[in-house]
Amino acid sequence: MSEQEVPTTAKVVIIGAGIVGNCLAGHLARLGWTDMVLLDKGPLPNPGGSTGHASNFIFPVDHNKEMALLGVQSANQYRDVERSVDSGGIEVARTQERMDELQRRMTSAKAWGVEAELLTPAQVKELVPFIEEDVILGGFHCPSVSVVDSLDTGTLFRNEAIEKTGMKVFANTEVLDVETTDEPGTGLKQVAAVVTDKGRIEAEYVVVACGVWSNRIANMAGATIPLVPAVHQMADVGPIDILAETNNEIGYPIVRDMDTFCYERQSSGSMEVGSYAHRPILHHPDEIPSNDEAALSPTEMPFTPDDFDQQMEEAIELMDMLGDAEIKYAINGLLSLTPDAMPCLGETTEVRNLWSAAAVWVKEGPGMAQVVAEWMTFGYPRVIDAHGADIARFYDQERPDEHIWARAEEHFNKTYGIVHPAEQWATRRNLQTSPLFERQEALDAFFFQARTWERPQWYGANADLAERYGIEEREVEWDNRWWSPITVGEHLNMRENCGIVDLSAFQIFQLSGPGAVEFADYLSVNKIGPVGRATYTPWLTPDGGFHSDLTMQRVAEDTVNVVTGVFDGGRDLAWIKKYMPRDGSVTVADKTLDFSTLGLWGPNAPAVLAKLTDADLSFEGSPYGSIVKVQIDCGGEQIDAALFRISYVGDSGWEIYVDWGDAPKLWDALMEAGADLGIRATGGGVYGTSGRIEKGYRLQGAELESEYNPLEAGLARPKVKSADFIGKEAYLAARDAGEPEVLMCTMTVDDLTDSQGRQRWMQGGNEPLCDMDGNTIMDSHQRVSRVTTAGYGPSIGKMILMGYLPREMAEAGTALQVMYMNEYFPVTVVGTDGPFDPTDSRLKG
Amino acid sequence: MRVLVCVKRVPAPGAKINITDDGQAVDATNLGHTMSPHEECALELAVQLIEAHGGESHVLTLGTAEADEQCRWAASIGIGKATLVEVDSMDWDPQRTSRALTESVRAIEAADGAFDVIIFGNESADTGGYQVGIRTARALGRPMVNAIKGVEVSEDGATLEARRETDNGFEVYRLPIPCAIGVKEGITWPRYPTMRGRLASKKLAVDSVSSDAAPGGQAKIRLNRPEEKVSETIVLGEGPEAAARAVELLKELGLWSEGVAS
Amino acid sequence: MAEASLEAFAFAGGVASQLGIAVEALLIGADAASLADECAAHGAATVHHVVDAAITDYGPDAHGAAVAAAAGALSPSALVASGSDRGNEVLAYAAAELDLPFVANCLEVKTADDWEMTRVQWGGSLNEDARLTSSLPILSVAPHGVETAEPVAGATATVQPLDVALPESVTATMIQDRIVLSEGVTLATAPVVVGGGRGVGSAEGFEVLEALAAKLGGVVGCSRAVTNNGWRPHSDQVGQTGTRIAPQLYIACGISGAIQHWVGAKAAKKILAINTDPAANMVVKADYAIIGDLFDVVPAITES
Repeated sequence: MSEQEVPTTAKVVIIGAGIVGNCLAGHLARLGWTDMVLLDKGPLPNPGGSTGHASNFIFPVDHNKEMALLGVQSANQYRDVERSVDSGGIEVARTQERMDELQRRMTSAKAWGVEAELLTPAQVKELVPFIEEDVILGGFHCPSVSVVDSLDTGTLFRNEAIEKTGMKVFANTEVLDVETTDEPGTGLKQVAAVVTDKGRIEAEYVVVACGVWSNRIANMAGATIPLVPAVHQMADVGPIDILAETNNEIGYPIVRDMDTFCYERQSSGSMEVGSYAHRPILHHPDEIPSNDEAALSPTEMPFTPDDFDQQMEEAIELMDMLGDAEIKYAINGLLSLTPDAMPCLGETTEVRNLWSAAAVWVKEGPGMAQVVAEWMTFGYPRVIDAHGADIARFYDQERPDEHIWARAEEHFNKTYGIVHPAEQWATRRNLQTSPLFERQEALDAFFFQARTWERPQWYGANADLAERYGIEEREVEWDNRWWSPITVGEHLNMRENCGIVDLSAFQIFQLSGPGAVEFADYLSVNKIGPVGRATYTPWLTPDGGFHSDLTMQRVAEDTVNVVTGVFDGGRDLAWIKKYMPRDGSVTVADKTLDFSTLGLWGPNAPAVLAKLTDADLSFEGSPYGSIVKVQIDCGGEQIDAALFRISYVGDSGWEIYVDWGDAPKLWDALMEAGADLGIRATGGGVYGTSGRIEKGYRLQGAELESEYNPLEAGLARPKVKSADFIGKEAYLAARDAGEPEVLMCTMTVDDLTDSQGRQRWMQGGNEPLCDMDGNTIMDSHQRVSRVTTAGYGPSIGKMILMGYLPREMAEAGTALQVMYMNEYFPVTVVGTDGPFDPTDSRLKG
Repeated sequence: MRVLVCVKRVPAPGAKINITDDGQAVDATNLGHTMSPHEECALELAVQLIEAHGGESHVLTLGTAEADEQCRWAASIGIGKATLVEVDSMDWDPQRTSRALTESVRAIEAADGAFDVIIFGNESADTGGYQVGIRTARALGRPMVNAIKGVEVSEDGATLEARRETDNGFEVYRLPIPCAIGVKEGITWPRYPTMRGRLASKKLAVDSVSSDAAPGGQAKIRLNRPEEKVSETIVLGEGPEAAARAVELLKELGLWSEGVAS
Repeated sequence: MAEASLEAFAFAGGVASQLGIAVEALLIGADAASLADECAAHGAATVHHVVDAAITDYGPDAHGAAVAAAAGALSPSALVASGSDRGNEVLAYAAAELDLPFVANCLEVKTADDWEMTRVQWGGSLNEDARLTSSLPILSVAPHGVETAEPVAGATATVQPLDVALPESVTATMIQDRIVLSEGVTLATAPVVVGGGRGVGSAEGFEVLEALAAKLGGVVGCSRAVTNNGWRPHSDQVGQTGTRIAPQLYIACGISGAIQHWVGAKAAKKILAINTDPAANMVVKADYAIIGDLFDVVPAITES
């Protein structure tokens, strides 16, 4: 048609006019962006992506904070444009295991402030008269479950952007290439232009909101968006009189038949039966037909009925009337799956100003779009900390199809599954192992995988320690899952003797060059120390919340090593590249595989190390926070090592940095030297949880998120350095504002006995902290008090919780409650520090 | 009453049909499969005839082993029996197909009894040869009329009244039973399988037979896609003000007469 | 003579000129004789006329048998008919009788030892190049696939009666009756179709479309979304699984233009889309468009 010409330049080109692209355009317009172009290769309003065939309902309860809060946020945005009906929804249970899971759903509902109740089968039948109540044990009812019109909502957001900014929209416009140029200084590419079949548009920003096609479009620019199109089967059956009689799109609550991984959702006179139960069926984006080639739409692939037969039988079991309803429409609908079941949001790590807003489902579309719009505008999202969805979280090994497919196949059937907070992946293990892997296997290590890295969580060879300290398995299988009493044994042994912890998974990024120290200071709240000093510091977002917490080691005059955790390495490296000078004065190199780090802690740690080195290990020779270069005698061979006096577990000792290849020698030497001093290989259960939490040490991603600042986290220092740093202005403003509203606290659980007389153990899965009346605690920013970490403190003999509490509750002795599995347990506040060794006497030797 | 329906498995493409690189077939890699809408209506008609008159319905297809899917589809909406003449390729020409179907019908009839009505689709969705039904019916000695959009069985069960749509109504044929018809979409509104029907269809025993029928004289060389016309859209205007331009267009096309009252 | 028959003459003319022979016509039935001069005007040097007691009306078996008998009597080089319901049906009967191949819906032909023809598949979405091995090529002509020729004024033909002696059995498929419906135009035959989609919003919303259709002597059609919502009966559905329409003008109101629908509508000679969204598929693919709310635009046209 004689439509407007594709412009030759634009500030922003958004590719994809599904729910995400449309809402993103609307949110950017609200945030003041102009000169935008929105493209889609399909027609409008339904360009043929996943939005067009979505079942369009939102269950607002999720155990994951990002998914839960953005789900609620999205539901509210649909309500704001009046394209939403609160149908209510019920998750029904057929098994006792699922009934327990529903108790956990109740707990998460409480945490996120979502109204919910548990129903008996008879109560379910009152709401859903056509259910066969004999099949179920009960239900989890959530009245605010909503059904939305995602196509219409997208149109409204798009029109808002058109009205506010004159955004130009081009349907039926195919992207042929995304051009880039070299970005100075960083080694990255930067986006330059989008080439379409209607013309070339030079663009400052390009956003990929292409759903199942996103990786293909990103690949054009040399970037990756790790997702795969996957089939979700759905059949529309009807007509059914009782449904038609409602004269409504939806008149009965949506039923999620959780144990069969299916849902039944009324759509006018029919029922949509959807399944996450069939075998994983994945497609390469190139296999998706075009709009012209598709019989229905590109993402409504041909139905494969053999995969759905079992679901039909189960659906008929639950609702007998469905058996005689006609299957009017059935599809293998495509949606996006990622390697870790979280979305892909944020700037791609390969190409500057190429953004990803992908792997987002209708239920979280508007909220996720807001996240990306804020990220582009303010440098970090404001509505929520989206670190779990940050596309930079993926390491290179997580980006190839081989990995994406294997993981998608593994987690597809867990969509309605009962997933433990500590659940481990079965596939794609041993992607990255430490140089000590064989030794650890020999000690029967039980490995947890941290992104790509295998890390021992405990060592089977230490089973004797559990026996020595009399530690038993936990009573309820759920509490015991992914846990071992050995971890308590390892903890107590470390406190009594000493433990050696493999920290090879530390991510080490070396900043060097004439501008390195100045740049390192710009990233950090705390001042970079002199050569030989390490600085523990937060990195803040421009809004003054936590982006990271890590150590910055000044290893030479113009060299600073950034040492960060494996869960945050990708994000932190991307952050470095985002802010590093473009003039070549700083280079960054990933040194992770050049160094290995061993932690050696416990009262006997100095004695063990003293056997192997002549270096002065006293607090004078190796003060806290110092890095001392030493030689260590490993079976007669002297190896170079750097001793960093620090502790994340509350006992005296060091992180010992050696060349990657020397780590086995050091391990063997320490084990031999410590043999008569009680040294034991000690796992992540101690390092990451029990040792840390007894001291109340904070963890990035748990206690530390962008919604909180250093004052609230208790990590503010008395003075603020004079040099500028990211987030300084906001940080100063927060300090000027006076006492923080909330404080990070540790608490102990006074009694673990539940109503059935069983001892229960919180898992640290966002359990709500409540007052003595059972009310959740929320501050003026709508931040709820919830458990950020839970773990048993063996040295104090109590379950310890961490979480933010309003200042007035942060006093030692405050009595509160924690909800776990829908029951309250009494809690006493310890304070802002941990309960173990409050004077840090053990750190000082 | 005994009713036979003959169907053909075909890909279910979109508006743009891709051809394999060798030009020999529709590229069905990512396509589902179905039968022509005419044949879906034929199946529905058979089910309705049996519902009304009692008896047994049977579906017959010639195709690769995958055509089992179409047999089960038929069963899922109520067809009682199924026979698949299993062949290596879907490229059997119309004469050969008809010869094989004829043999197969004779074999079924020898075993189960003669069919009163044999129903074909007017033409297949893909090759559109317009002849397999007539050739088969003729070989079996059954009168056949194509393009039927309505039927009625006489009270004595001796005659099938068949209606063919014309520009202004219907032509009526009265075929002595046993007979055959080729039907067009619209003769029935085909039901979809129910869930129970689908599940029951899995238990159907599809009788798979082979054929050594001789080829006929028509052979495919290759498939091509004709050029599509691309039109520029002329925007007549925005809102009700554009009505005048629309009327001009209607006049240009000779579709506007001033005298007609609105 | 029907348009389809003119196409058959044009096609046969091409075949005949390749072979260097003349076109001859076959008329069947007593009342067909009146078409002889028209046959001549479209290139038939000779017209053969079959009259038989068994042929009291149209009947595919009878007509097919007559064609087969004529083929035996006249030994033509090829048999050509229109690719209409009747043309294909009669040739299929004749080919079955003669036990010869029949190639339906041809667009082009190259005569040689083995003839090669281009014919339509998939309702016109694909073409097939086919090879024919036959002592007597029997071909039908794809509807709307061949340009017809202007008639030659004043041409006359000699009519030669042809006796075929059909068996009584052919009468089983003879037309027995005709029903004329007073209803007028249908979706398939209407010169104008006014279509409504999801944008119409309700069953009542179709009243404005009915008014325009009545004004233009057309009928109302709809998209799948509409029948799914129960706003219109299935018989009104235009699309892949509904009726395929071919009017002079299709006025698509509030229809986004899903492929399902487009496939059924694309044979329209001209399409006018009325839609609020200038990017809607229907608008992009249409010949003409009016951007606006159908409830403003459609009554404005009707009341003009």
